[in-house]
Amino acid sequence: MKRLLVLGGGTAGTMVVNKLRPRLSRDEWQITVVDQRDVHYYQPGYLFIPFGAYTPDEVVKPTQRFIPEGVDLVHGEIDRVDSESNQVLLADGTALDYDQLVIATGTTPRPAETPGMDEGEWRKSIHEFYTHEGATALGEKLKTWEGGRLVVHIVDMPIKCPVAPLEFTFLADSFFREHGIRDQVEIVYVTPLPGAFTKPIASQHLGGMLDERKVELEADFMVESIDPEAKTLISYDEREVPFDLLVTIPLNMGADFVARSGLGDDLNYVKVDKQTFLSTQHDNIFAIGDASNIPASKAGSVAHFAVDIFTHNFLRHIDGLPMDEKFDGHANCFIESGDGKGMLIDFNYDTEPMTGKYPLPGIGPFSLLKETELNHWGKLMFRWIYWNVLLPGRDLPLPALMSMAGKDVPDEDAS
Amino acid sequence: MPVTTINGREIHVDDEGFLTEYDEWDEDLAKVLAANISVDLTDDHWAVIKFVRDDYKAQGETPTIRRVSTAGGTDTKKLFQLFPKKPAKKMSYIAGVPKPHGCV
Repeated sequence: MKRLLVLGGGTAGTMVVNKLRPRLSRDEWQITVVDQRDVHYYQPGYLFIPFGAYTPDEVVKPTQRFIPEGVDLVHGEIDRVDSESNQVLLADGTALDYDQLVIATGTTPRPAETPGMDEGEWRKSIHEFYTHEGATALGEKLKTWEGGRLVVHIVDMPIKCPVAPLEFTFLADSFFREHGIRDQVEIVYVTPLPGAFTKPIASQHLGGMLDERKVELEADFMVESIDPEAKTLISYDEREVPFDLLVTIPLNMGADFVARSGLGDDLNYVKVDKQTFLSTQHDNIFAIGDASNIPASKAGSVAHFAVDIFTHNFLRHIDGLPMDEKFDGHANCFIESGDGKGMLIDFNYDTEPMTGKYPLPGIGPFSLLKETELNHWGKLMFRWIYWNVLLPGRDLPLPALMSMAGKDVPDEDAS
Repeated sequence: MPVTTINGREIHVDDEGFLTEYDEWDEDLAKVLAANISVDLTDDHWAVIKFVRDDYKAQGETPTIRRVSTAGGTDTKKLFQLFPKKPAKKMSYIAGVPKPHGCV
């Protein structure tokens, strides 16, 4: 009997086992998932919790419910991968053997990496919304906040869901208008990037949306420390940004066991081939989803498209055949823009987000890089799709690789 | 792919002027690139540039500011002094390696 061991029962790990269990013989392959938690969070929902649009309990379900029959779920903390003996050691001393290993332990916010962040003002005037606890605490804060200077801030890239800080900003603007206190709130968006977003066309559109909402942009800002007493962000080039309420995206890092196992880069992301997700060091270790170092957005949509490619390749790999499908970095993100509207972007390693229609060229129904009510409904509908279609590994009628059909290619690039 | 002429040599660059051929770089070229963006090269600059080039060759990708600071031995504060405002972009431009992607 061979064993496929999957570390992490989050979005990517759950999709992997749901795709592979029906395709691997039960007489030949045992599949085991290890996770330190027994609940699964719908992380895209965190964005809505601070504004009271979702309650904290609406985004949690038991992990076991999404692990298919025929897959063992082990509850435990991972100490390290011993790639010499093909074993994973858990903190309680358990050793799990593997023939093939998939690392899907994601990325987490690390407030302790920025001096001053998680000290006296943490969860008081300094907040984050990338954890269930953080989003809930920020929701409590906003219920009674009377206004002042709100600073939305990103420590460094890459981060999980790179559009979420912008969405938070748009939703905050909308929220304060609804509550009649927008004129008492100053909003500042502080980013290490040269503009609102990473890719030029989207950055221009999204930057314009910040202007329209009277949000001040502080770009190229690399934070060195936070002074919690003076309530000020301080950059390496000695710029200072004061705040009354800071909503920060802490440095994101992969799991610490990745570093202890010698498999990671400087931020603990597993070093893999960006087209096949196979470790650059070991022929029987893969990393899927946010845990890998592929230069794509850290997002569930990327994990979803990646798992489609991975499933095909993995089945060939274990039969000794070359992996013949190549991932292109396809990402597809709804962007909430406030007032019941949203946008959609669709892009990959080589093609930046542009305007157009998705998924059907000319028809949509979703519009790319344009605010519509339908895009917003698409985002809300996605929660149902996530639990009922994506996690169980059912097929969505969307191709894994990005398509240029339906996209408005700018003239200068048309040649 | 655009071609530009520097010091009488044809050099391959991308739309933003970053070198696309690693081996077309030499120290004289670096001095011209540095002058283009008003950076006066000191020994401290050369140490960073040398690390960026060696690391790119070893890893196959342009090191981030974090990596230059932790593995290259020049801390982030110093990098902002040496290459004001946009150290990641400026050091890779002078070192003749691709613009860092670190921003997806």
